[in-house]
Amino acid sequence: MNVPAHIEDDPDSGKSFYAKHKKIYPQSVRGTFRRIKWIVLVVTLGIYYFTPFIRWDRGPGAPDQAVLIDLPGRRFYFFFIEIWPQEIYYVTGLLILAALLLFLMNAVAGRVWCGYLCPQTVWTDLFLAIERWTEGDRRERMHNDAGKLTPRLAARKTLKHALWLLTAWWTGGAWVLYFADAPTLVYDLATLQAPFIAYLWIGILTFTTYALAGHLREQVCLYMCPWPRIQAALTDEYAYNVTYRFDRGEPRMSAKKADAARQRGEAAGDCVDCHQCVVVCPTGVDIRGGPNLGCIQCGLCIDACDSVMERLDRPTRLISYDTDINIEQRLEGKPAISRVVRPRTLFYSILILVVGAVMVWSLSARSVTSVNVLHDRNPEFVVLSDGGIRNAYTVRILNKRTIPRNFAISVDGLTDPTVEVTAATGQDGDQVVTVAADQTREVRVIVSVAEPPAEPSVPVTFVLADTEDGSVASATDNFRGPGTGK
Amino acid sequence: MADPSNEKLDTVTGFKTTGHEWDGIAELNQPLPRWWLWIFYACILFSVGYWIVYPAWPLVFSATNGVIGWNSRTAVDEAIAQLQADRGPMVDKLSKTEIAAIKDDPELLDFTRAYGSIAFKENCAPCHGAGGGGAKGYPNLIDDDWLWGGSIDNIAHTIAYGVRNANSDSRYSEMPAFGRDGILTGAQIRDVTQYVRSLSGLPVPHGSDLEAGAKIFADNCASCHGDDARGDQEIGAPNLTDAIWLYGSATPDVVATITNARNSSMPAWSERLDPTTLKALTFYVHNLGGGE
Repeated sequence: MNVPAHIEDDPDSGKSFYAKHKKIYPQSVRGTFRRIKWIVLVVTLGIYYFTPFIRWDRGPGAPDQAVLIDLPGRRFYFFFIEIWPQEIYYVTGLLILAALLLFLMNAVAGRVWCGYLCPQTVWTDLFLAIERWTEGDRRERMHNDAGKLTPRLAARKTLKHALWLLTAWWTGGAWVLYFADAPTLVYDLATLQAPFIAYLWIGILTFTTYALAGHLREQVCLYMCPWPRIQAALTDEYAYNVTYRFDRGEPRMSAKKADAARQRGEAAGDCVDCHQCVVVCPTGVDIRGGPNLGCIQCGLCIDACDSVMERLDRPTRLISYDTDINIEQRLEGKPAISRVVRPRTLFYSILILVVGAVMVWSLSARSVTSVNVLHDRNPEFVVLSDGGIRNAYTVRILNKRTIPRNFAISVDGLTDPTVEVTAATGQDGDQVVTVAADQTREVRVIVSVAEPPAEPSVPVTFVLADTEDGSVASATDNFRGPGTGK
Repeated sequence: MADPSNEKLDTVTGFKTTGHEWDGIAELNQPLPRWWLWIFYACILFSVGYWIVYPAWPLVFSATNGVIGWNSRTAVDEAIAQLQADRGPMVDKLSKTEIAAIKDDPELLDFTRAYGSIAFKENCAPCHGAGGGGAKGYPNLIDDDWLWGGSIDNIAHTIAYGVRNANSDSRYSEMPAFGRDGILTGAQIRDVTQYVRSLSGLPVPHGSDLEAGAKIFADNCASCHGDDARGDQEIGAPNLTDAIWLYGSATPDVVATITNARNSSMPAWSERLDPTTLKALTFYVHNLGGGE
């Protein structure tokens, strides 16, 4: 693999173990991929900034925010889904899905995540747009930075940093809105009544956004991010990457020289060595050097090259999404091949479908009641004065509905057991426990039998029946005794 | 150490090397960005700041205190004070509520059980076991048999004033050491032992003289344990007819009990714990399963 051009060209290279940071001035560009990137930017940032304001009616007493991470209440709300802390495996499932989608994207089109969807790319794009708007395009910025700091330039730079900080602050602000009721928090933040932790997080995220998107930019991709390293190990020769077509481009020379060479019957490539692909690159890469660690495959060099090719009336896509195998095919004069559907992509797709299906199934089969039973350990059982045996259990009932519910507790598996429940109210001879809306309740259940069972351990089932709708939840445990062997 | 001034160009990659060779193998110089180095220095500076702000350097008999005066002992004290402040309203409510009325308030019920459970584990568990199951010589608190009574009032009194201790309100009674003090002979003790065991339906050895035992019982034991041997909770005399034996039901155990007597004791917890904790403990013990 090659190295980014700005490092290769660094005069310090080889003289020191530390490289000076060379600022990159990406030039603005127009075209298909730039348009796609703008659309992705607007959509993803729109989702991020405005999701907390979406309302979702869950009935009285429950929060009406569509997406809410309620840390004090230990709940995560996502539209019609409400996750309890012990259901964190749904989040694990989402992370597994995200990883598999990333692998699939990589198998189909290389670092498409890096080029279009990564937050680092999206925010850097936004900050670059602000920079262009305040300080001008590449040439103007380079000229300004090389010259003296005039009051006018100082004003433009101040405006840029102010807008950057404002955007960064809004980014941090949107983050905290996911953790509390958004409209209330916005009002509290504005009137300085919000909790300190909210301001602290906004401060932290303002700083990271400003530093990463405004100043560090491509340095994050080149030196901090582990994905390019992992990605290189997961890709293969059939993945579509931003590729310079050596077979068409070389030998590169100016349009005039190329015309002359062709008239002489000599070989001349389509590349006119205009460097437009390099100046638009947000990471400062020369894609014509071949596959490159610094290339995030955003496709902006394709747009830049296409506009030059159109002006010269040469075919476009001298730089295009292409595969490693096609580079070789074309150099050997063979036709290009495309294998998007291959074992690797099929395998990832099947895994994604399986994991997705399991998650959808478990979510739809998720019960609104659950019971945990914990047997007393010390002692395991008690002998009563009449020779009977008593076991005690701690039963935790989870009511995941937004209304208070009553549960009648009974125990199956024993002959004539006596069941006593702390805090239960007797209703029609049942032991009934009330559990508040969206809450858990722990009760102590004491089970006695007059005649010790023959076995030292008898399986029992705790059955909880909702007294309103009759729905039943159960949990199993054991009834312990000395074991008479009879 | 490599020598960057002695750099060479690697012809394959076009990179410069670190200038050092190991048997013809050279290392490419891939320079780290300098800002990375600055972050490293910044971390060192941060750690120096940390030494100044927080307790850090050990001295001979103490350590540097740090300028903001933080220490872990104070942090624990603050956390405990915060905990007590958080519990305050519920503790206050508990102190004002009759024990019998606790179960009518679900929130107070849950709190009292938790509060009592902690007090039990801290104070009672060493003898009565973490779950109140007791041990030989230490009463089981979760069965339905009580030496001094299992009503809320009786439990409250036993916890507050204890058994056979120096407190003037302590529960008190004393069983004579029938063998050691020469009140009964060895043969008489053996007879009454088997008689007492037969009362709970335990198998007795063939040829035991239960009639003689019954006579010895009526003369010596019935005054406290009752003619029917069902005991008397007023004086802590155990029921000898049930299946529960504090010191064991095997013949040698019962012989030892009659010969030497047991008369174990329990501290008066009102001398150590505040009334609200005693109330929570009483409720918790009563609620364990045996309360009457």
